[in-house]
Amino acid sequence: MKWIAAHPYGFSLALLAVLLAASVAVGSVFISPTVMGALFQARLGGQPLTAALQPMDTILFTLRLPRAVLALLTGAALAGSGAAYQGLFRNPLADPYLIGVASGAGLGAVAAMSVRWPYTFWGLMVIPLAAFAGALVTVAVVLFLAKVQNSLPASNLILAGVAVSSFATALTSFWMLRSTGEVRRALVWLMGGATQSGWQPVAAVLPYIGVGLTALVLLGHSLNVMQFGDEQARQLGLRVERVRALVIAAASMTTAAAVAFAGIIGFVGLIVPHVVRLVWGGDYRRVIPLAVINGASLLLMADMLARTVIAPQEIPVGILTAMAGAPFFLWLLRRSRQQFSW
Amino acid sequence: MLTVEGLSVSYGEKTVLQQVGFHLAAGQVLAVIGPNGAGKSTLIRALSGVLPVRGGAVRLDGRDLRQYSEVERARRIAVVPQAVNLPAAFTVWETVLLGRTPHLNWLGQLTAKDEDIARWALERTDTQALAGRPVNQLSGGEQQRVLLARALAQSAPVMLLDEPTAHLDLQYQLSLLELVRELAHQEKLAVLVALHDLNLVSRYADKVALLAEGKLCALGRPGEVLQADVLTRAYRVPLQVLALGGGLPPVVLPAG
Repeated sequence: MKWIAAHPYGFSLALLAVLLAASVAVGSVFISPTVMGALFQARLGGQPLTAALQPMDTILFTLRLPRAVLALLTGAALAGSGAAYQGLFRNPLADPYLIGVASGAGLGAVAAMSVRWPYTFWGLMVIPLAAFAGALVTVAVVLFLAKVQNSLPASNLILAGVAVSSFATALTSFWMLRSTGEVRRALVWLMGGATQSGWQPVAAVLPYIGVGLTALVLLGHSLNVMQFGDEQARQLGLRVERVRALVIAAASMTTAAAVAFAGIIGFVGLIVPHVVRLVWGGDYRRVIPLAVINGASLLLMADMLARTVIAPQEIPVGILTAMAGAPFFLWLLRRSRQQFSW
Repeated sequence: MLTVEGLSVSYGEKTVLQQVGFHLAAGQVLAVIGPNGAGKSTLIRALSGVLPVRGGAVRLDGRDLRQYSEVERARRIAVVPQAVNLPAAFTVWETVLLGRTPHLNWLGQLTAKDEDIARWALERTDTQALAGRPVNQLSGGEQQRVLLARALAQSAPVMLLDEPTAHLDLQYQLSLLELVRELAHQEKLAVLVALHDLNLVSRYADKVALLAEGKLCALGRPGEVLQADVLTRAYRVPLQVLALGGGLPPVVLPAG
């Protein structure tokens, strides 16, 4: 425990590496470390593969690795943007799922898919943009509803988030029910977790999540200053409106990209930042990058379980994160009541 | 240093400061007194750029305050707010380092010089021993000193304090104001401090501004402003000022 507390990045990166290796090794066919080493050597060194290894190569590089990377990016995006929302709103319950941003992004994504089934590269690039628009509209509505003068009470934020989120989800369901053919596939897409295969979704999602998370990591110091409230932040020379706009834009874009390709996955954005703060303290210059890394780990683990627990059937990742996340969150809530105030 | 001319500030339709003017020099402590709602906090919020200036002008080193960017202004004017609702996440050391915010690059990277200045601010306010403690677990007096240290770390020639003694025991009130006066005189800071306890004013202020209903009623040395008739009019309650002699500051008491 002490070692973990003293080595935040060492521990988090090691955990991520182990889970990534495990995640691509485990499945209907087990790929041993030796075989995996040989496959990577062959790819990187450009040597021809033996016939026996050929199917392994396909499983690793066109099925498991892209799926693992997509899960990793999704977890990183949800946890990183959750940490940023929590810091910005100074509210421990601000999670992309609870405040409705994820549902808004889902609605945006489905709306775009209903125009035309987008399985081409440029089509895929447009989905996150539509989700982003949906997320921004949702965040604006939720903030408008929850705001009391200049403060943002936790209860209001959650109530407005739940209401707007339910509304967006209802619209999404209705839309999908009414439409025929192509959009029905969106249902599978949206609820199925990271089930798209191949590298195309990874390539489509990477620029949005990469840019968004980089921006959030760079905003760590500003988020620290914001913890003292808008007025003090301004007196310390912070351009508060600009920081707020940047954080909302970056976090919403990141969430939207994750939702557009992995569906709505709850609790990752809530729990990972909580645990990070509990173990390594509340300095946002560390909270955000550590939430990003550990969010990636959590979703890799969830995805691995989703594929293996009742194999060959798959459980949608969102169900797993909710089943593990909700009780954990309640435990955290009870515990934190005496331990730290917000 | 800081010149205020005909300053007016309003919240929406309501004018809360009207035609206020004074000058604050380096090395000087100006106490702003007046009943609750007189506009003391509003004045500090306007001078620190949180509220817009509606009429008149605030000049800092001869230049209009509105021409300064947020960062430029924060390098020249530091504010010590009341110590309420401090976040749980930060230690004293981290809190004081945040005072360096207007001097950092856009990534918020701290240099050895920033840490030296923060360390100096801790020493100056006698809070080194608290450096590793979470700031929300300190007593009110300690928190107020930490916020003073944060303002000092801002390296600004002007310091504004908003009723820093409001929730403190008497001993902490005295030691805090003693420290503020010492800093003003030794570090040549221009200090404006809003105070509600009239009996602390003449002890620690070089100059006093009396506000009532958003207007400046009196401005001058403590002896000139702390007059029974002036105070009675501003506070709307009969007050008397007793001279104690022997070099002791006068005492303000209800009359009769």
